[in-house]
Amino acid sequence: MLVLLKSSLMIAVVAALLAVPFVPHLIYPVFVMKVMCFALFACAYNLLLGHTGIVSFGHAAFFGTAAYVTGYAMRDLGLPPEIGIAAGIICSAALGAAIGTLAIRRQGIYLAMITLALAQLVYFVFLQAEFTGAEDGMQEIPRGVLFGLINLRSDINLFYVVMAFIGAGLWLVYRIVNSPFGEVLRAIREHEPRARSLGYAIEKYKILAFALSAGLSGLAGSLKCIVFQLAALTDVHWHMSGEVILMTLLGGMSTVFGPAIGAILVSALHHYFDALGAWVTIVIGLIFILCVLVFRRGVVGQLHHMLQEQRPTALHAGRLDLKEGQHAQV
Amino acid sequence: MVKSLHISLAASAALAFSALPSIAQVSDDVVRIGVLGDLSGIYSDLSGKGAIEAVKMAAEDFGGTVLGKKIDVVSADHLNKPDVGAAKAREWFDTGGVDLINDLANSGVARAVAGVAKEKKRHVIVNGASNMGITNELCSPYAIHYAYDAYSLAHGTGKAVVEQGGKTWFFLTVDFAFGIGLEQQVSNVVRANKGRVVGAARHPLATTDFSSYILQAQASKAEIIGVASTGADAVNAIKAAVEFGATKNQKLAALLLWIEDVHSLGLPAAQGLLLTNAWYWDMNEDTRKFAKRFFDRVGKMPNMAQAADYSSTMFYLNAVKAAGTDDADKVSAKMRETKVHDMFTKDGHVRADGRFVHDMYLWQVKTPAESKAPWDYLKPVATIPAEQAFQPLSESTCPLVKK
Repeated sequence: MLVLLKSSLMIAVVAALLAVPFVPHLIYPVFVMKVMCFALFACAYNLLLGHTGIVSFGHAAFFGTAAYVTGYAMRDLGLPPEIGIAAGIICSAALGAAIGTLAIRRQGIYLAMITLALAQLVYFVFLQAEFTGAEDGMQEIPRGVLFGLINLRSDINLFYVVMAFIGAGLWLVYRIVNSPFGEVLRAIREHEPRARSLGYAIEKYKILAFALSAGLSGLAGSLKCIVFQLAALTDVHWHMSGEVILMTLLGGMSTVFGPAIGAILVSALHHYFDALGAWVTIVIGLIFILCVLVFRRGVVGQLHHMLQEQRPTALHAGRLDLKEGQHAQV
Repeated sequence: MVKSLHISLAASAALAFSALPSIAQVSDDVVRIGVLGDLSGIYSDLSGKGAIEAVKMAAEDFGGTVLGKKIDVVSADHLNKPDVGAAKAREWFDTGGVDLINDLANSGVARAVAGVAKEKKRHVIVNGASNMGITNELCSPYAIHYAYDAYSLAHGTGKAVVEQGGKTWFFLTVDFAFGIGLEQQVSNVVRANKGRVVGAARHPLATTDFSSYILQAQASKAEIIGVASTGADAVNAIKAAVEFGATKNQKLAALLLWIEDVHSLGLPAAQGLLLTNAWYWDMNEDTRKFAKRFFDRVGKMPNMAQAADYSSTMFYLNAVKAAGTDDADKVSAKMRETKVHDMFTKDGHVRADGRFVHDMYLWQVKTPAESKAPWDYLKPVATIPAEQAFQPLSESTCPLVKK
C-alpha cells in the first residue's frame, strides 16, 4: 500500500512538473527551477546531516563555489554549459573533500564550527577575488547551448534540462542512501566506535560522504547560476548554510526526499509572502518553532511515521520507529 | 471578425497619433510600472517609499489611464542584492506584465536589471544609481539613465574641489559598482586637473565602524578625503571623520550627498559641504509645488531621484500615449525624439546611448544661521551645463552610438 502510494505520488509530481512550462501564469517556471535546485541542495545536505550524523554549517561554500566556477567557465572562458556544470561539481566535491578532511577530526558542535569557519574563508575569497564582482555578483553569464544541441536561452528548454539534472541528482542521493555504503554511513551515525570495531575505515567513509554531499550541492549551485545567469555572494553567505539546515529539518532529516519538501516550503514562503518583507523571516521562525514542538520528525518524517503506524503489519516497526534508520528509507 | 480587425488596423494606421482607446495596442490591457528600490536597507531613505509614491503621483497626475488602459504601479524590495533584483525583474517581465521598471537605487542591482531588460526587451529607467555601465557596455534601446551619474558627480563636486586647490586625494570607497565607478570618474577629473590620487580604502556596503578607514585616510596626509559612498555609509564616514579630528588638517569631499543625508547629519556637521544634485526642492515655483504635494504624502522633502522618478514616469507615459502603443521599440523611439520640459528640468532629452542629458547643479550646504526653515539646506553655487555635465557621446562605448 505504502509503496503504491509513494510511486503514484512520484508519478504525479513528475507529471505536474512536466506541465509547469505551459502554465507560466499559474506558476512561474523560473521559480520552480529555483525550488528544484534548492530541493537537490537540501537532499544532498541531508546525506551528511540525516544519514551520517554530521552537522555541517558551511554548505553554502559548496553551493556558491560551484555557481562561481560555472559562471567563470561559461562567461570568461566561453565554455559550454555541460563543461561548466562539470567543472562546478568537481571543484565543489574537491573542496568538500578538503574541508571534510579537516572538519572530521572533531565532532558535533566543534565540527560545525570548523565548517563554518572554513566556509567563511571561502566567502572572503569570493568577496575579494577580481573575477567575482564582489557585491555586484558575477553578472551576465550566458546560458549557452547544451551539448551543442539544446539552446538554453529558451526557458522551456532550460526547464526540462534542469529537471533532468535534478532528477538524476535526486536519484543518485536515493541510490547512495539505499546502498551498502549508505548502510555504513548509518552505522557510523548510530554508533561510531562499533562501526570502527567492525573494521570500517570511518574517516574515509566520512570524507567520501562529505565529497558526495558537496558535489551534489555543487550541481544544484551550478544549475541555479545558469537559471539566473548570475552568481552572487548570497550563494556563499552563511545565511544560505542556515537556510539549507532549516529546509532539511522542516522537511524531515530521517527521510530521503523530505528535505525537498522543506525546500519547497521555505522557498514558497519567501516567494509568495515577499510583500511582508522582513516578516517572512519571523513567519518561517514561527513555523520552525511549531515544527520543533509538534512534529520533530519534520513534515515528511511525520507523515511517514503516521502512515506506518496505520499499517497493522508495521505496528511493531512503528513502535521501534526511533531506530528506523536501519532499514531502507524513502 | 477578420474584417473588423482589418478595419481597425487600417484605422490605427491612419490615426497613428490620435490614440483612440479602441485601437490602442497595449499588452495585457494594462500599462504596468514596477518600482524596484531599496525598501529596507541603507538606501531606503533615498529610494524606498518616496520613490513608490513619486511614481504613483505621476500615474495619478496622468489621469490613471493611458490610451484608455489602466496604469498600474507595483513595487518590490531588492534588498540591495543584485541577484534578488534581477530575479524580481525577470519575473515581472516574464509573467507580471511589467512594461517599465523605475528607480533602481543601487548600482549593482541597476546593472543586473539593465542586463535582464536588454534580453527581455522591456524598459528600465535608472534614477537611483550612478554606474556608467548603463550608458556604456550595458546600453540598450530600452535603458535610460535619467537623474545623474558618476561622470556628472565627478565633474560637479570633484572638479569644484580640485579647482579650489585640493590636489592630493584619498578615497573612502564603498566596495561595489557604485563606489568603484565613482572613484574612477573622480580620479580621472583629479588627474586631468594635475592633481594626484594617493590611495583608497574600500569598505563593504552598510559599514558602521569607519575608524580603521579614517585612520588610513589621515595617515595618507592627502589634502582631500573623497567620500565615494552615499546614504548611511556617507553619513557614518563623515561623522567618524569629524570625531577623529580628520577635518582639522584635511577637507572632506562628499561625492554623492542627498538632501536626506544632510538632514540626518544636521547642519552643524554638514555645513559648507559641496554637493552635486540634479534637482532641489527649492529651485522655483514648480519644484516647490511638487515638493509640497510630495511632503503631504510622504512626510519629507523629495530628493533628486524621487523627483526624477516622477518626471521620468510622466515622460514614459507621454511616450506611450504619443506612440499609441506600449510596444517597447516604438516607445523607445518616441522617447528618443521627445524633449522634456517639466518641474525636473527645463530642457532635457535622451541621447542614443540612453543618457538623459540636462543641467546639473553644484550646491553648498547652508550654515545653521542661513537656514530659515525645516529642509532649507542648500544654496546654489554653480550650474553645470548639460553638455559638460555628462560623458561626451564620443567617449561612450555603447554600440548604439554611431561613430
